[in-house]
Amino acid sequence: MSLEALLPSAIDGLMLGFVYGLAAMGLTLIFGVMKVINLSHGPVIALGMFAVFLLFSSFGINPYVGVLAAAAIGLLFGTVIYFVAVDRVINAPELTTLLATFSVNLMIIGVGTVLFTTSPRSVDIDLGALRGSGVTILGTHAVAVVIAVLAAAALYGFLFRTRVGKQVRAVANNRAAAELMGIDSRRMLALAFGIGTALAMTSGALLSTLFAFTILSGGTYELKSFVIVVLGGLGNPTGALVGGLVIGLLEGVLTVFIPVAWVPVFEYLIFLVMLQLRPAGLLGSRA
Amino acid sequence: MIKVRVPFLPFVLLVIALVAALPIVTNNPSLREELFLVLMLVTLASSVNMIMGYTGYVSFGHIVFFGIGGYIAFWLMLTFNTHFLLAAIASAIPAALMAALIGIPILRLRGAYFALSTVGINEAMKTFMTNFEPFGGALGMFFNFSIYTQYGGAREAAFLAYYTMTVVALATITTSYFVRRSKFGLSLMAIREDQDVAMVVGIDPARAKVIAYVISAFFPALAGATFFFKNGIIEPGHAFDLLRSIESLVMVVLGGIGTVAGPIVGAALYEWLRGFLITNATFANLQLALAGLLLLVTVLFVTAGLVGSLRNRFPRLRAYIQ
Repeated sequence: MSLEALLPSAIDGLMLGFVYGLAAMGLTLIFGVMKVINLSHGPVIALGMFAVFLLFSSFGINPYVGVLAAAAIGLLFGTVIYFVAVDRVINAPELTTLLATFSVNLMIIGVGTVLFTTSPRSVDIDLGALRGSGVTILGTHAVAVVIAVLAAAALYGFLFRTRVGKQVRAVANNRAAAELMGIDSRRMLALAFGIGTALAMTSGALLSTLFAFTILSGGTYELKSFVIVVLGGLGNPTGALVGGLVIGLLEGVLTVFIPVAWVPVFEYLIFLVMLQLRPAGLLGSRA
Repeated sequence: MIKVRVPFLPFVLLVIALVAALPIVTNNPSLREELFLVLMLVTLASSVNMIMGYTGYVSFGHIVFFGIGGYIAFWLMLTFNTHFLLAAIASAIPAALMAALIGIPILRLRGAYFALSTVGINEAMKTFMTNFEPFGGALGMFFNFSIYTQYGGAREAAFLAYYTMTVVALATITTSYFVRRSKFGLSLMAIREDQDVAMVVGIDPARAKVIAYVISAFFPALAGATFFFKNGIIEPGHAFDLLRSIESLVMVVLGGIGTVAGPIVGAALYEWLRGFLITNATFANLQLALAGLLLLVTVLFVTAGLVGSLRNRFPRLRAYIQ
């Protein structure tokens, strides 16, 4: 492979990294606040894709308005998932919450397969492209990056600048102490699950404007989110964004040198090594 | 009044052996196929129960050992025309060794970090096999039918696979029983309840956990070798199927985590239910969603599973049902 391919591929990977990072932020937020690994993450990403697709193909709604709608639906849907599947077992050992969220995964995939089948769909939009010397940036990719950055900024604004956001962080830090300060921790947990789901759906919504997808597509991104979250440190949203960029860049660079199919092997090896050596993530303190 | 106490293990083994003999006696091949699958699931669920139920380590990607066993045995049979039984044993030993090698580092991790590691190992293995040309890469490997001639034909080979799976399932249950009743099993349960306290009373958690992990890897490898021998084709997606891995955890939870009988009951129940849902016209498409609903209800309301709930409700049963 030529080195001329390296720069465009790296840029493309880096841009995708923002969207990966956004999904991973959702996963890591939920883990950070309530120590739950959300196994319904993948199907939720797929639901984000379908939200945009359905609004676009049935009502002709602009896909980027669809992204906003996906975020809103995600917030609501995540809250519902929390009260149905997680609330009752929030203090149970991790196996219980893993299986509870996995049951939601099965239900979404089960119903989704019936409604949407598993044939591939795509959202047709073309925003042109920016062309530089040897580098082409598709408009859809550029817009996806901008929206992903805005969504991440909104999350930070919420968590660090608003009263409710501070309450969420307080619950994440120490639930008992937060309750003693008069915070309704249950509402905060539900809200955090909603936001985490909204981030995942937003990411899925953005991905639908880039690639073709099926109801099962979320699985790939769920595993990618795991890798990214571990890379950035479980429970650390900034880490997840950085991890997303690292994985995106890595994919972009590696595909130039080795066959595409080998790339995930490296991703999972990095994942395992990170869990062993730096479980607190790249940004975390040394284990 | 004379109390007749039915010994648990011989009773369970006898029941399973009798049920397994049913399709042979009645000469019913479709029942044999069904029971083959159930026996395999019993093996997988009982195995994962030893590390998850007894020791408290959620091995989410436990199917990796099933896949490795299947791949090594398949490759041996295909390349060297090794006899199936020899290949199965030859595949279970490296799988157990691998469990020891990866178990030493990852069993140091606790909770979610361990669970995620096992997923990572399974996915790394799957993607590796997808690229590993000596084992057929993404397309996998398949048998020519002539390979079955040394067993007297495809039909006889299917019987051999069935008998083997029965023996493997019985061996797994026996092992599970003796582990649970032994001092070693007690040390595992002590680790599950509180690893630090376990250390204080003189248990070496690292050693005990790795041994438990190795035992729980051995039988799935045998099951994988047997399954893919009968299947005649092996490919990465099927061998390292994360969904099947999670399903085996579901069976354990359904039947009763940490009990000997739980995984057996759970596997049989789960497979029966799936069979029912798939053949039922109204539910066929929704079978995944209904399985999810059943799992959610179990996780939320019947935490101890069927066997566990029975034992909790009727304490006298504890003498009979392990």
